[in-house]
Amino acid sequence: MATKQIIHGIFGDEEPLLDACKQLRASGIRIKEVFSPFPIHGIDPIIGVPRTRIAICAFIYGITGMALATLMMWYMMVHDWPNDIGGKPNWTYYMNVPAFIPITFESTVFCAAHGMSLTYLLRCWLVPGAKAKNPDPRTTDDKFMIYLELNDEQSKKADEILRSTGAEEVNYKGTITIEPKY
Amino acid sequence: MHAESQIREPLIIGNKTYRNITDDIIAPIEGKASRTWYILFTIASLAFMWGIGCLSYTIGVGIGAWGSNNGVDWAWDITNFVWWIGIGHAGTLISAVLLLFRQKWRMAINRSAEAMTIFAVLCAAIFVTLHTGRPWLDYMLFPLPNQFGSLWPNFNSPLLWDVFAVSTYATVSIVFWYIGLIPDFAMIRDRVVKPRMKKAYALLSFGWGGSARHWSRFEEVSLVLAGLSTPLVFSVHSIVSFDFATSVVPGWHTTIFPPYFVSGAVFSGFAMVLTLMLIVRKVYSLEAYLTVKHVEYMNIVIITTGSIVGVAYLTELFVAWYSGVEWEQYAFLNRATGPLAWSYWAMMTCNVISPQLFWFKKIRTSLVATFILSIVVNIGMWFERFVIIVPTLCRTYLPSTWNTYTPSFIDVGIFVGTIGMFFVLFLLYSRTFPVIAQAELKTILKASGEAQKKAAAEHAHH
Repeated sequence: MATKQIIHGIFGDEEPLLDACKQLRASGIRIKEVFSPFPIHGIDPIIGVPRTRIAICAFIYGITGMALATLMMWYMMVHDWPNDIGGKPNWTYYMNVPAFIPITFESTVFCAAHGMSLTYLLRCWLVPGAKAKNPDPRTTDDKFMIYLELNDEQSKKADEILRSTGAEEVNYKGTITIEPKY
Repeated sequence: MHAESQIREPLIIGNKTYRNITDDIIAPIEGKASRTWYILFTIASLAFMWGIGCLSYTIGVGIGAWGSNNGVDWAWDITNFVWWIGIGHAGTLISAVLLLFRQKWRMAINRSAEAMTIFAVLCAAIFVTLHTGRPWLDYMLFPLPNQFGSLWPNFNSPLLWDVFAVSTYATVSIVFWYIGLIPDFAMIRDRVVKPRMKKAYALLSFGWGGSARHWSRFEEVSLVLAGLSTPLVFSVHSIVSFDFATSVVPGWHTTIFPPYFVSGAVFSGFAMVLTLMLIVRKVYSLEAYLTVKHVEYMNIVIITTGSIVGVAYLTELFVAWYSGVEWEQYAFLNRATGPLAWSYWAMMTCNVISPQLFWFKKIRTSLVATFILSIVVNIGMWFERFVIIVPTLCRTYLPSTWNTYTPSFIDVGIFVGTIGMFFVLFLLYSRTFPVIAQAELKTILKASGEAQKKAAAEHAHH
């Protein structure tokens, strides 16, 4: 069993925080999380956040939507009940496809947009009634926070770096015990 | 941080900090409503109630209560539908197209413009659901298995494309808007002190915390949604125009309709955004964020789209003459000189001449002039749809079917009612929602804030 110290390094702006992140990483300290009132550009590679794959999901949902719309219109207009409407018969799909393009497009966008949005909300667990995920409420207003979970030796080092890079506060929020992984 | 040229005017006036932005955005939510707000809300509610009365009457007795008749079967109702859905376009254009073009000035207006979009689409939805005559059977518009065969809707019909386009547009706009709102709701949740408000905003904010991972996904989602919404916004009004263009009615059967409708939609939408933003800016003292420069940028969009609309009107006339088709020529002659010519010239004045006044810098940076012209443009755009629909249907191929049109009291009532509903929703929104996307605004503070820009200039000189 290892006991780890929870440290909140609070900054007043993004640049000193980025500086602190770089130095922490250089001395081999793992940054558990960063909370900020707005997206900090360029932070992801510094703290080791991999690029999100949500756009790939959107593409897959879009293709699904396109396929569903095609299948639906083929089934309803060509297969199940073909009609001759205004002298424009629906005997084959390929002859009718120009008329099907608008709905195919709308369905693609519909599925891509809603599928991706739902994936985003669930992946971040943003659901009605979820508990606020920021440990310090000021981080949605004007404060920026580095959240660390470190052992005693690393804590000392991190404390030094945080203070030297201009942290306004370094708060110790107790300890957590982490079960060793076998 | 992204450095910005000193020549560019600041987008945030005064010496603002992150905290100031939070305070200014939250002020209308925490504070008490002003008397102006109550007066506007009362007027809007009364109009809304009148509208509900007329709407209920229509549902009760059928659309015979309207002024529409055998020849003029699309009249006020579809005019209003197209007008509202057109107004809705500015919101998505601002939030999606301007995001892709990295226009920073969009950040102060996108939230309210999107709110406006959603409310306008709701108003439009009232007219499309009513015009079917039996709104309780509107589920038949959707391809649901049914007991008639199953007999499916006609996927070759632009009217059905419209059902898909408008419903996709409405739902995607709502989701895009809400995803942007989540971080701002979280800000309000962390700030308000009243326990009931805290609870409400905690529920609305979905537990947002603003961690780097979530922001990274947030940005990707916003970008992809913008990419999806951009063709969507163009497709919706194109499809609305197909409702006309695929018919064989002279004056409607033209290939210019899709671009002409889309630019008209953006034109009227920006005018409506200006009307609303000039009120919001004054009532909630947001002059530091909604600056004269923002108004100027929007007026430039109005000149551009207004001129496209003007060119489209002239092209229509030219093509009607050049086509050599008598019926087509007569349709336009009738619009300009027939019994309803006054509506044609009202449209021409409001849409083609009035926006050209914005070429003068004095006029496009004057808030009073902008406010008046924004209303003029919306009146003009209403007349555009009226001119396309009513005079055309009054005089079609057979002179024996020629007809006139007068709207009924009920027609007017429903229209006024939707304007009331629009303002009721917007006024409620402006008191409970963050009217400016504050998280986004904070990202441009250092590059585009007035004090910050000055500091950067000083720094560069030494």
